[in-house]
Amino acid sequence: MSLAPAPSWFARHELRLAWREWFALMTGGKRHRPRAAVIGLVVFAAVMHLPAWAVVGRFADLEAPLDKTSLIVMTATVFLAWALMLSQAIESVTRVFYARADLDLIMSSPTKLANVFSIRIGSIALAVTFMALLFAAPFVDVLVLAGGARWFAAFGVVSAVGLSAAALATAVTILLFRLIGPARTRLTAQILAAVIGAGFVIALQVAAILSYGTLSRFAVLTSDAAAAFAPDADSPLWWPARAILGDREALLLLPAMSLVLLGVVMAIFSPRFADAAIGASAHASSKSRSKDATAFRGGSRQQALRRKEFLLLGRDPWLMSQTLMQLLYLVPPALFLWRSFSDSSAAIALVTPVIVMAAGQLAGGLAWLTISGEDAADLVATAPLSPASVIRAKIEVVLIAIGVIFAPLIAVLSLLAPLQAAVSAAAVAIAALSATAIQLWFRVQARRSQFRRRQTSSRLATFAEAFSSIGWAATSALALVLPLAAAVSALTTLAIIAATWKLSPIRG
Amino acid sequence: MNVEIPALRLKGLTKRFDRMAVDSLDLAVHAGEFYALVGPNGAGKTTTLRMVAGLLKPDAGRIGIFGVDALHDPIAAKQVMAWVSDEPMIYDKLTPLEYLEFVAGLWGIGPATSQPAAEALLTSLGLEPHRNERCEGFSKGMRQKVALAGALIHDPRLIILDEPLTGLDAVSARHVKGLLSDRVRAGCTVIMTTHILEVAERMADRIGVIAAGRLVAEGTLAELRQRNGHHDTSLEDLFIALVEVKQEAA
Repeated sequence: MSLAPAPSWFARHELRLAWREWFALMTGGKRHRPRAAVIGLVVFAAVMHLPAWAVVGRFADLEAPLDKTSLIVMTATVFLAWALMLSQAIESVTRVFYARADLDLIMSSPTKLANVFSIRIGSIALAVTFMALLFAAPFVDVLVLAGGARWFAAFGVVSAVGLSAAALATAVTILLFRLIGPARTRLTAQILAAVIGAGFVIALQVAAILSYGTLSRFAVLTSDAAAAFAPDADSPLWWPARAILGDREALLLLPAMSLVLLGVVMAIFSPRFADAAIGASAHASSKSRSKDATAFRGGSRQQALRRKEFLLLGRDPWLMSQTLMQLLYLVPPALFLWRSFSDSSAAIALVTPVIVMAAGQLAGGLAWLTISGEDAADLVATAPLSPASVIRAKIEVVLIAIGVIFAPLIAVLSLLAPLQAAVSAAAVAIAALSATAIQLWFRVQARRSQFRRRQTSSRLATFAEAFSSIGWAATSALALVLPLAAAVSALTTLAIIAATWKLSPIRG
Repeated sequence: MNVEIPALRLKGLTKRFDRMAVDSLDLAVHAGEFYALVGPNGAGKTTTLRMVAGLLKPDAGRIGIFGVDALHDPIAAKQVMAWVSDEPMIYDKLTPLEYLEFVAGLWGIGPATSQPAAEALLTSLGLEPHRNERCEGFSKGMRQKVALAGALIHDPRLIILDEPLTGLDAVSARHVKGLLSDRVRAGCTVIMTTHILEVAERMADRIGVIAAGRLVAEGTLAELRQRNGHHDTSLEDLFIALVEVKQEAA
């Protein structure tokens, strides 16, 4: 007679899967190049220390007790990290429900599901915490190098933040399942993750614009009003800040409380995890209806392709949440524009790079979905139209979508600063074209649902897309104040794009 | 002299991956014929048909579709051809009707023709109750039927199907077989690969047996039996005998 596997056996299995997933992420799915991946990771980690130095290097001498303003800034930074991790964890938990993967196998096996899902919740918490530690490492390293070993305490806070974020994400997602059902949870959770991830920074920027007429989120945090509103120095609200500075009591309490929270969530929600998974499975096999069909439309073959792409983009849950996030990030510059109507502030120039950066990033995502994420690649390839006209129709879709999203902002900008609007429009078009071109050079045949893994297929394309957007954003900003520097920035960005093309698989 | 133009003519078609997949294959399929291509796994059936459909470039050889050089003028060749693979090529987020509208648009068929054709296809394939449901919740069989409807919406002269009956239940399979037979009766040419030899035996006008990238036998079932001296055997026995001989020779 066979016995049900012990939880420790399943924990080992989960750890092995997590390791392989992470390894695939680092090596781009190519198992034979671990050395290159390790070298790349080390180089990346080393390079990351430079921006980390620029951001936190000057705070290495901070010591307790801190004044209220420093406490506010430090606590807000921890809260921001927590919000980002919560956003990431909500995505991870939702993915577990809907990706199915091995859920059918596990749920049909003679194991105690509550144990299995406890371990799965734990593994999500570990993954979120591990990634957080990895990203925090350069910053903590800089603080340790410049300020001493006491800063190692920050790792404890990061762990506590990761564990508590994962615990809360599990609870939130399962509650969403119970409240609104599996049909709506997926999209709602993605939107929630986007809003949580972006919301805190945006709220601070909005407050700064409305109160101080600046885009700097620190304006609110360092204001006298915030200091007056903040609680006393012995408030538990400051525990994260105190723990980072080495306060032993806070440093013990925070991870302990996070572990207790995770334990409580595991105990309460593990049995419900199975119900939620079954609900998601039932939803996957249920039928979502579209509105009753209207008459077929005529037009050219390219028009048929464009219509299909727009229809699919409009029904893509990832794109909905991603576009929402991009639009959320555009709220502060839009608000800034509105404020500038009355102030005629010179700081309005800051709006342009934000718009250009957002356009480049969104265009990259759209281009991947339309060019690489073709679910019926064989159908399109066997249709009687040339590959060039297929690609042209898909690029047109990306550019039209970018135009629809960014044209209103640029139209408003043109009323305030026509030259800046012209520069912004040109830069948005160039950034969108560059991101689209990069996706075209690195195109793969994939299913749309694989979008989340697009970065693993080519790390070079991912970095090139990011650097191109940053480069064009910088160029547009410089074009308004220092045209010569803008020319240098544009040439540098072009060189990056040219190098990307040279290294791309399209050249064979 | 009236020379009949074959629906498909392959001459010296060759494709090599890490090993030879298709080896100087010569093949001719007559217009209005139901042709079944059978062979063991890895014999080169799918590779051959993917080259015909324009999804793979051959290393050498020529492909003629109703007299059109498919390598020289692929768009003209594709205009009269439809491809259905064993993995249905449909969009999860589109309804069957939206999918058919898209496919008709790709082949440049106007709504006046394509809409009634779509309605008729959905009805004949039993998809009418699901016409406004997105395909994401469909079973493999339903997805295959949607893909098949897409292949038929532009009324192709040549239909190429790679294992189209995989995953279909008995009723759906009968639907599909009936639909394909109707098309052949209407003058359409069907080329199909299948592992279900009974289907080839019952439906095909001619059968081609392919092994190691080469055509090892071809003809009607009766001709194949006669040529190989197996007068009362099933296609399965004949197939095994032919393939074993080829493998022994290799």
